[in-house]
Amino acid sequence: MLAIEGLSKHFGGVQAVHRVDLQVRGNEILGLIGPNGSGKSTIVNVVTGVFPPTEGRVRLRDRDITGWPPHRVLAAGMGRTFQGIRIFGGLTVWQNLWVAQKAKSEEGEGGLLRRWLAVDRASMKKIEATLEFCRLRDKKDELARNLAFGEQRRLELARVLAAEPDLLLLDEPAAGMNAAEIEDLRDRILALKQRGKTVVLIEHHMELVMGIAERVAVLNFGEKIAEGPPAAVQDDERVREAYLGHRQGGGQA
Amino acid sequence: MEFYLSLLTLFGFRILLGLSAYVVILTGQISLAQAGFYALGAYTAGAASSMWGWPIFPAILLGGLVGGLFGLLVGFPALRVHGLFLVIATLAFTEIVRMVFLNLKYTIRVGDRTIGPAAAEGFRGITYYFQNGWSSLQIVVFTWLFVLLVLLAFWLMDRSRAGAVLRAVGEDELAASSVGINLTAVKVAAMTAGGFVAGLAGALYAHYATYVSQEDFGVLLATFAIAYALIGGTGSVLGPIAGVLFFSLLIDGLRFLGDWRNLLFGVLIVAMMNLRPHGIIDVGLVRRVASLLRPAGGRAYAGD
Repeated sequence: MLAIEGLSKHFGGVQAVHRVDLQVRGNEILGLIGPNGSGKSTIVNVVTGVFPPTEGRVRLRDRDITGWPPHRVLAAGMGRTFQGIRIFGGLTVWQNLWVAQKAKSEEGEGGLLRRWLAVDRASMKKIEATLEFCRLRDKKDELARNLAFGEQRRLELARVLAAEPDLLLLDEPAAGMNAAEIEDLRDRILALKQRGKTVVLIEHHMELVMGIAERVAVLNFGEKIAEGPPAAVQDDERVREAYLGHRQGGGQA
Repeated sequence: MEFYLSLLTLFGFRILLGLSAYVVILTGQISLAQAGFYALGAYTAGAASSMWGWPIFPAILLGGLVGGLFGLLVGFPALRVHGLFLVIATLAFTEIVRMVFLNLKYTIRVGDRTIGPAAAEGFRGITYYFQNGWSSLQIVVFTWLFVLLVLLAFWLMDRSRAGAVLRAVGEDELAASSVGINLTAVKVAAMTAGGFVAGLAGALYAHYATYVSQEDFGVLLATFAIAYALIGGTGSVLGPIAGVLFFSLLIDGLRFLGDWRNLLFGVLIVAMMNLRPHGIIDVGLVRRVASLLRPAGGRAYAGD
């Protein structure tokens, strides 16, 4: 589905990401973990075109999308959410999804102008269904900035879903959530997989990642240090070191 | 009566100018280029009607189109700069336009009169209205025909997906592009629309004034364009109208205060920005009014 080949991103002298290779298979849930500053978010940003890589290629379904701007990456089928919440606060919940909605020409009755000026029934139904999926339907006419924190998080997911990507990069979706909300998020990610989506879950919350990811990749200091099924990765010596420090070093946690 | 008719005409130019800034501000860009577009509209439309013998309607439209064309041209480089840098870059454009008209000499003789841009002396003889014996009322109606058409177009746009997309870009460019919005297309389109409307405003102004000069199209005009939209509020197309009324009442209504007027002017602007930081008509007000107007239990619609 997604192939990251020898990807590096340097900011001045800082090697945020260094020669990372990563394959994401279709319809899997891949966990991408690592300590703070290990380059997880940088990978998301480079892969989705926020900034170009220093070197390396990004392929999405055999298409080389290296350096494409974010809107083209999305059109090619890869969407993402942000680590901090980035919703359109001055728009209603409904409008947040409306602007993101994929404008597929084959579905639109009428021409370009009509597609931009009017809402056709099919798109309206789709938006309602996505709102339902993210339990935001009763909030649809609220201004997004007036939503509670958990709802804003759900809105960010709903918004990218409205664009109907096949592959989703979720950048720390559980940050700041309580146990019940995380449980809810877990169910939603599993439901996405059921619907045929591929999910890359960038997360700090180990329980969540280890619970639902089929494979986990671990980053440390911008390099991939391990990859494999959750159980194997948890037992990996280098991963333990990355998270807990050197054993010989006196147990610096 | 004449006084009120010409005041109403002036309001028309100012509202169009405010609307031209409004559409650009929706995308989060602050542009001082509107005065340049206004000047280009004024000079081209003036030349079309008074020198090339065009009828008035196509002449005004040409002013708008030239404004829009330059909006398109300014829009692309403007993509590369943000915030204060965009303000400076667009101010430079306005100044360049002004300098060009300060030096442009292109006149013809009609009978014993010289018509056309005469460099520093300005552009005299844009007398279509007067040659054709238009009354003040006719001028008001003609001006407001354009104002109402632009208001209607912007109002429809605001309710449409296009309006939501402009606002989304204004709120968060990165988020907007990550949900599939082409920032280049949206920002350039807004600048083009803004240029077109400012060009129309300039074209109409030139015919009302009969004489235009580059002095009229400087940074002050550009600042007012932004102020109409920002003080008026960007919650709805009615915002720039509120902004124009606010400023016009201050400027013309407080004349009796003499020198104290300038002081009060400053105080009121500071007070306004404190009381209503998002302008008189902001998104919150629009929603409150909409919910009052909506029949109880009525279906809330997404478009507003």
